[in-house]
Amino acid sequence: MSESVAAEHDYIGLSMEAAQMSDNKTKTRDNNNNKNDDVLNFKATELRLGLPGSESPERVDQWFLSPKSSCPVSGAKRVFSDAINGSTKWVFSPGSATDVKDIKPAVPVKEKKSSAAAAPPASKAQVVGWPPIRSFRKNTMASSQSQKQGGGDNNNSETEGEAKSGAEPCLYVKVSMEGAPYLRKIDLKTYKSYVELSSALEEMFSCFTIGQFGSHGGCGRDGLNESRLTDLLRGSEYVVTYEDKDSDWMLVGDVPWEMFICSCKKLRIMKSFEAIGLAPRVMEKCRSRN
Amino acid sequence: MDLRLPSKVLEHILSFVDSNEDRNSVSLVCKSWFETERRTRKRVIVRNCYAVTPEAVARRFPEMRSLTLKGKPHFADYNLVPDGWGGYAWPWIEAMAEKCPSLEELRLKRMVVTDECLEKIAASFKDFKVLVLTSCEGFSTDGLAAIAVACSNLRELELRECIVEDLGGDWLSYFPETLTSLVSLDFSCLDSEVKLSDLERLVSRSPNLKSLKLNRAVSLDALGSLLRLAPQLVELGTGSFSDKLDQEAVSKLSQAFSEMKELKSLSGLWDVLPEYIPLLYSVCPGLTSLNLSYATVQMPDLLELLTRCSNLQKLWVMDLIEDKGLEVVASSCKELRELRVFPSGAEGLNDTNVAMTEQGLVSVSEGCPNLESVLYFCVQFTNAAMVTIARNRPNLKCFRLCVMEPFAPDHKTQKPLDEGFKAIVERCKDLQRLSVSGLLTDKAFEYIGTHGKKLRMLSIAFAGDSDLMLHHLLSGCESLNKLEIRDCPFGDTALVANAAKLETMRSLWMSSCCVSFGACKLLSQKMPKLNVEVIDEHPLETRPDSSPVERIYIYRTLAGPRLDMPEFVWTIQKNPEIGVSHLAIK
Repeated sequence: MSESVAAEHDYIGLSMEAAQMSDNKTKTRDNNNNKNDDVLNFKATELRLGLPGSESPERVDQWFLSPKSSCPVSGAKRVFSDAINGSTKWVFSPGSATDVKDIKPAVPVKEKKSSAAAAPPASKAQVVGWPPIRSFRKNTMASSQSQKQGGGDNNNSETEGEAKSGAEPCLYVKVSMEGAPYLRKIDLKTYKSYVELSSALEEMFSCFTIGQFGSHGGCGRDGLNESRLTDLLRGSEYVVTYEDKDSDWMLVGDVPWEMFICSCKKLRIMKSFEAIGLAPRVMEKCRSRN
Repeated sequence: MDLRLPSKVLEHILSFVDSNEDRNSVSLVCKSWFETERRTRKRVIVRNCYAVTPEAVARRFPEMRSLTLKGKPHFADYNLVPDGWGGYAWPWIEAMAEKCPSLEELRLKRMVVTDECLEKIAASFKDFKVLVLTSCEGFSTDGLAAIAVACSNLRELELRECIVEDLGGDWLSYFPETLTSLVSLDFSCLDSEVKLSDLERLVSRSPNLKSLKLNRAVSLDALGSLLRLAPQLVELGTGSFSDKLDQEAVSKLSQAFSEMKELKSLSGLWDVLPEYIPLLYSVCPGLTSLNLSYATVQMPDLLELLTRCSNLQKLWVMDLIEDKGLEVVASSCKELRELRVFPSGAEGLNDTNVAMTEQGLVSVSEGCPNLESVLYFCVQFTNAAMVTIARNRPNLKCFRLCVMEPFAPDHKTQKPLDEGFKAIVERCKDLQRLSVSGLLTDKAFEYIGTHGKKLRMLSIAFAGDSDLMLHHLLSGCESLNKLEIRDCPFGDTALVANAAKLETMRSLWMSSCCVSFGACKLLSQKMPKLNVEVIDEHPLETRPDSSPVERIYIYRTLAGPRLDMPEFVWTIQKNPEIGVSHLAIK
């Protein structure tokens, strides 16, 4: 037994690659499984724990087709890396097919930070029971979201056996700032308007001169706040932008507050001149929304 | 000359022996010691409810007063065990009601408890005192009402993270006015609002109340009046901590907290607003346990709180504490023994706080000499950090690291995390519980097998390269008791080769691995003292021996195959048509 188990595995490097390489690369490697225990062989194509039709047979990870590896995990590993990059719903039962987006290698977090503006969409993977957080905690945190929301948003109070869908808006969004050495996270639901948000941001990043968000006490009606904020943001050295659900970067302040917190995934405070290019897209989006 | 110890003398001696481990040893000495021990054991713990029948337990320990049972496997917490799998409390309650009516205490974990069960308890055990349900489900608040109304000597009613069908808050009103014996009440997992006046009256007539854990629906205002009625509390779980209070109410609440001289444990703090954190300052120096894992409070508001908790032994927080906060913990909480850091974001891997890294845990390992238990969720880690942690804290007993990005390598060197975990198992000689994550190869498991001699529980996910790893673990870890694996390419060879090992363990769980149907059948044939359960919700039409199974749960048992298996659980006894395996596994 030991011999056949010990013999053939030298893929320490490959095990990383298997998870990280683009699915477009076909894996061919030496398959040292020409032993007699072919009883456990089966074609990987017979088993679909992933999405039916989502991968073509020639992309099967050859490395895994050894007696011990005729198993769903090759599919699992591959599907998982698809999942974290491509919003594929991976559960035990075959789900509905979705598009597999461009596969991006699993990069460490700091790389993502450095290119915030060009960062790929932060997709939410749906793997049963991962990360290993108790259902009770998950349900509690999720209901904490909907409680704060006041029921006005996506309905996420159902508690299915599977991991929760990522459809509800983020409770926390990251706020990064040009030149600041750290990120902060804020809970958008604790603010009711752009003005509250801007003063919170100002406080948070006050050690870095943001410019004149200014003391505009007495902003009365909400209807005025959005356009006023946009104005004063545009006048200052820095602007606040956000990444929305469609992964576009938009200027904060152009849409009604409720719509903003539904679609905002990330905030970034950048210098005004960098944000100029955002304006035309913003106008387009607003038009299409209205 | 009769050299035997008279049984009365032995009984007396045994009355000083509390530990069940010791009692188990006593019972192995000889038949008369076995008899004496079993007649005097009061506290019985069955860690796998299917390892033995309720009748056998009741027969052996007729004087049982306290029964602790555990049902579903641990991975049920993460939805990996389908509903309906099992873990029913009813057969146990029924058996005890008949054979051990003097039962006073019942502690159940991960079991299905119905209202019928609760009613049966209320009706059958005249002197029932303690009901603790942890991660249980299947009952409603009606069942609680049954307990409340009937158990006139009730001391403890604790619902810890249970899934309860909440039909309203009336159940609390069913505690009779004559009930004055309450010591502990925990209804933190319920949603509905209870009537405040009922709660206040209950608290005022419970002079022995030491532990009170409220649910979120109890307002901050209500908390004030409750604390004034029970300043003697040792454990407090607040309700929601976010109502807007006027100045007078705030100062009254502050006063109430400062009167609580005995408070050692604080939890709840749902939605706590930063401006209310100072209310807690007066109790901080006395706290040994602080659970902020539901408190959505961020830095720097946490800092002032943490610096005051100099006697803290147990801290549960969310990653909102950031590395900075953990540095403060390292310098202020020198008595810290247990640290748990939970992720604050939604399930998405990209959602967690990037201001918390491996550095936070390193700081705590440096600053807290008594740190022995860690649960740490983070996005990334490094080998160097683990080496440092191991060097700082060779006294670690429990190390659970959850790098949430599967297959994530050391983010500085891009290497697997093998060397880091090697350092942990090598240095921490008393390590009993380990959870590994991140990118791991064969080597990591070779190290664990070589060094993890005291390891009792091991959890693995998305790791490894081959069967060799499972072989290392099963052949190397002498003390291994519970092994749970998901999504690893471990398969038949190591499993079948180490079949005998499985009888020395409580249980083995493998899901989404490479275990074939044939191997399961083979194991079932070879090992009659094991229950080999194949849990498969989507079996193939025909199941060739080579087809992989979704999940396999293997546990040793004296009870034989269980009778309550649902249709998606296959065993060779229940499903003889699946036939014996002709598989030849080398």
